[in-house]
Amino acid sequence: MKTICLYFQIHQPFRLKRYRFSNIGYDHYYYDDFANEDIMQRIAERSFVPANRLMLDIINEHKGKFKVAFSISGTALEQLEVYSPEVIDGFKELAKTGCVEFLAETYSHSLASLADPVEFELQVKAHSKKVESLFGQKPKVFRNTELIYSDEIAGIVDKLGFRGVLTEGAKHILGWKSPNYLYQSATNPKLRILLRNSRFSNDISYRFAEYGWKEYPLTADKFIGWIAQTPENEQLINLFMNYEVLGNLHNRSTGIFDFFKALPSFAAKNQISFSTPSDVLNTLKPVDSITVTDPISWSGEESDTTAWLGNSLQQECLRELYKISERVRMTESRRIKQDWSYLQTSDHFFYMSTKILGDGPSPFSPYPSPYEAFNNYMNIISDFTERVFAEYPSSIENEELNGLLKTIHSQAEEIEKLQDEVKKLKARKIKQGEPGSK
Amino acid sequence: MKALMFGWEFPPHILGGLGTASYGLTKGMAVQGDMDIVFVMPKPWGDEDQSFLKIIGANNTPIVWKEADWNAVKERFEKYMNPQEFYNLRDNIYADFSYKNTNEFGCVDFSGRYPDNLLEEINNYSIVAGVIARTYRFDIIHSHDWLTYPAGMHAKSITGKPLVLHVHATDFDRSRGNVNPQVYGIERDGMNNADHIICVSELTRRTVIDKYGQDPQKVTTVHNAVEPLSQEIQAIVPRKRKDKIVTFLGRITMQKGPEYFVETAARVLQRSKNVRFVMAGSGDMMNKMILLAAKRGISDHFHFTGFLKGKQVYEMLKSSDVYVMPSVSEPFGISPLEAMQCGVPTIISKQSGCAEILFRAIKTDYWDVEAMADAIYSICTYPAMAEFLQKEGKAEVDEIKWEYAGQKVRDIYNRLCGF
Repeated sequence: MKTICLYFQIHQPFRLKRYRFSNIGYDHYYYDDFANEDIMQRIAERSFVPANRLMLDIINEHKGKFKVAFSISGTALEQLEVYSPEVIDGFKELAKTGCVEFLAETYSHSLASLADPVEFELQVKAHSKKVESLFGQKPKVFRNTELIYSDEIAGIVDKLGFRGVLTEGAKHILGWKSPNYLYQSATNPKLRILLRNSRFSNDISYRFAEYGWKEYPLTADKFIGWIAQTPENEQLINLFMNYEVLGNLHNRSTGIFDFFKALPSFAAKNQISFSTPSDVLNTLKPVDSITVTDPISWSGEESDTTAWLGNSLQQECLRELYKISERVRMTESRRIKQDWSYLQTSDHFFYMSTKILGDGPSPFSPYPSPYEAFNNYMNIISDFTERVFAEYPSSIENEELNGLLKTIHSQAEEIEKLQDEVKKLKARKIKQGEPGSK
Repeated sequence: MKALMFGWEFPPHILGGLGTASYGLTKGMAVQGDMDIVFVMPKPWGDEDQSFLKIIGANNTPIVWKEADWNAVKERFEKYMNPQEFYNLRDNIYADFSYKNTNEFGCVDFSGRYPDNLLEEINNYSIVAGVIARTYRFDIIHSHDWLTYPAGMHAKSITGKPLVLHVHATDFDRSRGNVNPQVYGIERDGMNNADHIICVSELTRRTVIDKYGQDPQKVTTVHNAVEPLSQEIQAIVPRKRKDKIVTFLGRITMQKGPEYFVETAARVLQRSKNVRFVMAGSGDMMNKMILLAAKRGISDHFHFTGFLKGKQVYEMLKSSDVYVMPSVSEPFGISPLEAMQCGVPTIISKQSGCAEILFRAIKTDYWDVEAMADAIYSICTYPAMAEFLQKEGKAEVDEIKWEYAGQKVRDIYNRLCGF
């Protein structure tokens, strides 16, 4: 029996405001609140709110037969909490049905997995904590920013205790293999890998509303038919896509909502079930192992990381950003820690991409050109770095500073410990004195 | 395919971008092999490179029949053309122009520049065009810029051959909108009579369509290109200083937006002191700019070089860390391409035609001094930005070749001639 593993990604960055070099040192607020609120509310209204309602309806109608997974970045969660709390409520309700799984990712949808393993771990933990506090579920399966994955990342994810990881069924990794099976990591065999079926996923997320496509219009009947026609022993179809496919990337009038609504009944007719990633790990056995030396992602035909780190501008920003991570981790300032998190979001790097030759900025970019994206980001990083180094004298090396801080922090504990001891000793002395007084 | 071209300037003695573009285009078209070009200009110096076209001087073309001795003709014109050509031209004088002020060979004098009696010179040029058009055989007429439109129209009316106008600039660019009605009249008349109009950018094409009322189907954009740097220029060793050098290079006139460069400099200098600004060139706004820089209190970091020529231009470019062209209205603007060839990170205004084909340069609105200052700061402060623009900019501009532009022009010729 075949099963569909449906997973939706939800993410929005904290877009940066226009930050000129003359602001450096004077202005420490970096965000375009107006744009962030406007965009989040618009997407929530068009997509998240009706989509959540649809998911709940489908789950109720099919009484546990329909299952779905979500991964919501920390930055998106924060914005939803402030700008569209009804979406959070919707997810909470979905969580109660027991048919929904929430996955782990990096808190700020960052590229830390490619640059800073320590930071990566911290962010994943922070995200899991946030998800658990909101939805009462501790994530067991991991998906990285933009499905970025490599053997090295597998090592960390395994160490963090995740059972499985989601990534792209990249053609150059799979070769003749099919993405429609469960795999395991070659370097960390305990870690299971679910591979996105790019053809079926893209049929929905890109081609669904394309008039020129020869399969237009795509109906649930036809789509399930294709899945049913895959070879008998291929049992797992991973459909991974952006939640905004519902209502924002394809607007309501394309019929995308009705398409999803109709999926479960046609699937049932063809004896195709729905599973969450955890269900898949519980029921299927891995057929083979996968080796990925260079990081892959779900971006573009190449499925690599060049959309974020393809040019020297992007690489420089990444270097400048993570150069100060050790210092940032030593600070106590909550403002700095928050900015640090928001500045790591991969979107800032995507806006600097020069992959598309021509004048057009990257899609979804708030900047008129990649150069402006770089200038703005670097100006902010300059200011941020100044702030971080203003916390402690820059003449002290990180290691020494760390030692000093440890001493300072442990001093309180040390004093407390000693005081306790004094108390105990005093008490004992009194006790010892008591018999004598008798 | 034989073309009769009317131009005004040709290297090495040039006053503006028109000469450079005429040279590049004709050289790029010569690559096609079966292209013969006769290039008419008011006053050749005799040291022009004639290896890929034939140059005829309007001042060497007789319009009044006068007795001329072979030896005298040879002595006088050998430097410019085969003496026999003089006699061929003389055989085609078509009317009595003896009222004109001519020399002993029956030729009119031309300044070859942009003198006060420019309209008279244009008229004389058009008279000469009549003689030349009767002397040579060609398939198409090609006129570069408004000064030569009347000549092109005249040649067309004699021979009936199709006329192509090449718009390197319009009076709207030169005057920031306050057009000279006489110039506008000549431009518009030429366009109305042309079979096709080539513009150096989409920006210019829009002007031709909107302000001159031309049929969009008749107007095509062929972007300019740039000649590869010569060995001599490549060999120039840049003089790098401790301070970063930001350069403005061009005529200091209203069209080039020099005041925005000064204002930008003032903004950058508020913050960083290790940057110097250079305004290279001369023009009617230079004194005003010196005053403005003084008023902003930045004269110690703001320098004027005066007019630079030839090799000096490249020495200046190569010593620069940033090149800025804040033109208010630039039909094309070839100098950013030259800066990029030298590996200089370049900032251009969105109001320049070259912005349409350059993607490895930073573009801002000419009036947006904040954005321009930010871009300059970025290039001077973040090495990744400077390196990226340097490397990628050079690679981009190395692919912008006159051959490609020449081929587009050729396609237009072929269409008009029915080939």
